[in-house]
Amino acid sequence: MGNFNSSMLTQYDIEEVQEHCKDLFTQQEIVALYERFCQLDRNAKGFISADEFLSVPEFALNPLSQRLLKMVDGLNFKDFVAFLSAFSSKATMEHKIELIFKVYDLDGNGKVTFNDILEVLHDLTGSSMSDKQREDVLTQVLLEAGYTRESYLLLDDFIKILEHSDLKMEVEVPID
Amino acid sequence: MSGTRELRSSSSELDLDRPNIEDYLPSGSIPEPRGKLRLRDILDISPTLTEVAGAIVDDSFTRCFKSNSPEPWNWNVYLFPLWCFGVVVRYLILFPARVIVLTMGWIIFLSLYIPIHTLLKGHDKLRNKLERSLVELICSFFVASWTGVIKYHGPRPSMRPHQVFVANHTSMIDFIILEQMTAFAVIMQKHPGWVGLLQSTILESLGCIWFNRTESKDREIVARKLREHVHGTDNNPLLIFPEGTCVNNHYSVMFKKGAFELGCTVCPVAIKYNKIFVDAFWNSRKQSFTMHLLQLMTSWAVVCDVWYLEPQNLKPGETPIEFAERVRDMISARAGLKKVPWDGYLKYSRPSPKLTESKQQSFADSILRRLEEK
Repeated sequence: MGNFNSSMLTQYDIEEVQEHCKDLFTQQEIVALYERFCQLDRNAKGFISADEFLSVPEFALNPLSQRLLKMVDGLNFKDFVAFLSAFSSKATMEHKIELIFKVYDLDGNGKVTFNDILEVLHDLTGSSMSDKQREDVLTQVLLEAGYTRESYLLLDDFIKILEHSDLKMEVEVPID
Repeated sequence: MSGTRELRSSSSELDLDRPNIEDYLPSGSIPEPRGKLRLRDILDISPTLTEVAGAIVDDSFTRCFKSNSPEPWNWNVYLFPLWCFGVVVRYLILFPARVIVLTMGWIIFLSLYIPIHTLLKGHDKLRNKLERSLVELICSFFVASWTGVIKYHGPRPSMRPHQVFVANHTSMIDFIILEQMTAFAVIMQKHPGWVGLLQSTILESLGCIWFNRTESKDREIVARKLREHVHGTDNNPLLIFPEGTCVNNHYSVMFKKGAFELGCTVCPVAIKYNKIFVDAFWNSRKQSFTMHLLQLMTSWAVVCDVWYLEPQNLKPGETPIEFAERVRDMISARAGLKKVPWDGYLKYSRPSPKLTESKQQSFADSILRRLEEK
């Protein structure tokens, strides 16, 4: 009836993707993610455009959506899975923290400055806090944690700061 | 395709008829952390990230518009020839026969409709009555052209003022199926092509009201026409699909409150398609209505149940939104649909930034409060 499932992945494909995401997803999960990928990639370009991500209202509504778009825009399937692998229940704490770090460190220079944090805080609070309030809050908590406005935070700092808080970063891939 | 469609962020024009998503979404989904604010609380953006990843992996909105591909059943040696035989029957016997039926229907319809419409200009009452029966007739021909097996449950709607029928929406064929029983006047999106031609000629005479989703002017005109229509005594009963868009018959999206603000009795109609032979969901982004009809005409049958449910009135102290939700509950329960808190128009526009702002507000509040705590 014209509804052929053209999106069959072979074992090789799946193994390749599994290797790429460090075996954090099962084969079934990868198949499910592939279906989802094809659903979002409406005209089968091989990647998901910013516009297609934003067509998911729950994504578009998220305060960090614009920032995350810069990370996920144009990913092919392998990198799409690799991005999501941080949300696997099997992913290590370091892996999850690394993703958080990357959200702050958008330019990818390995250092997070006062302004980087301020930008994320701006996304998260919008017009509900003034610039002054944000700066004050941030300066205060940085000082209390032993940093100053001028310090750079490295990935190691993030791990040190976040590893003892209970990060709940898990997303279950729905398998039909 | 959505890429070429101009996406407008929700502006006042769409808000007119839009219920607030906030009224539907559970509030405070993230447990409120306590205690003194520390650096890790600021840096820990995991709840927000988890929400994003959740939305990327799966979301209830996209699910509403997913067409389910039919399960193949031609999987073994003796079923396969049977299936092939079925294909031959469907495409070479049923389909041409149905085309003939439909063509005959049109010939009969047009040869009666045109004289009636032009000759009986002075006798409006008689003309309307005849035109009504003719539209019911052509709709029966349409239903016959997909061998529609339709069971109607409950009392057949009658003409009376101050009532409006609301139904869940899966495809334009909903309209044809309901129309073959009763000549409803319907509120619908203006379509291009031959459907648009029918809309502006024949269906117009039933008192149907057309609008363009993206035209803000149209909304006011529709609202005014609606009010005029329901107060007329010999107007055709009014049918509204309050979802405003076709949903795949597994979910129901938010009802537009327009139909529930008229101060009329609302008669819910639940429509459930049985998908064993064909999926009746019309995904207007993927196929034209003509292709959709061809798909139906080459299938074995369209099987469907229609329930005319108990008429409802606005209860004292109830807002139109609550009323709309109550009716949506009834229809969803009857037709076995899952309710989702989304506006179907999000297919055409981006969600309002209000919800983002409320998320930001609650995060900011929690920061400021915890800053004070010791």
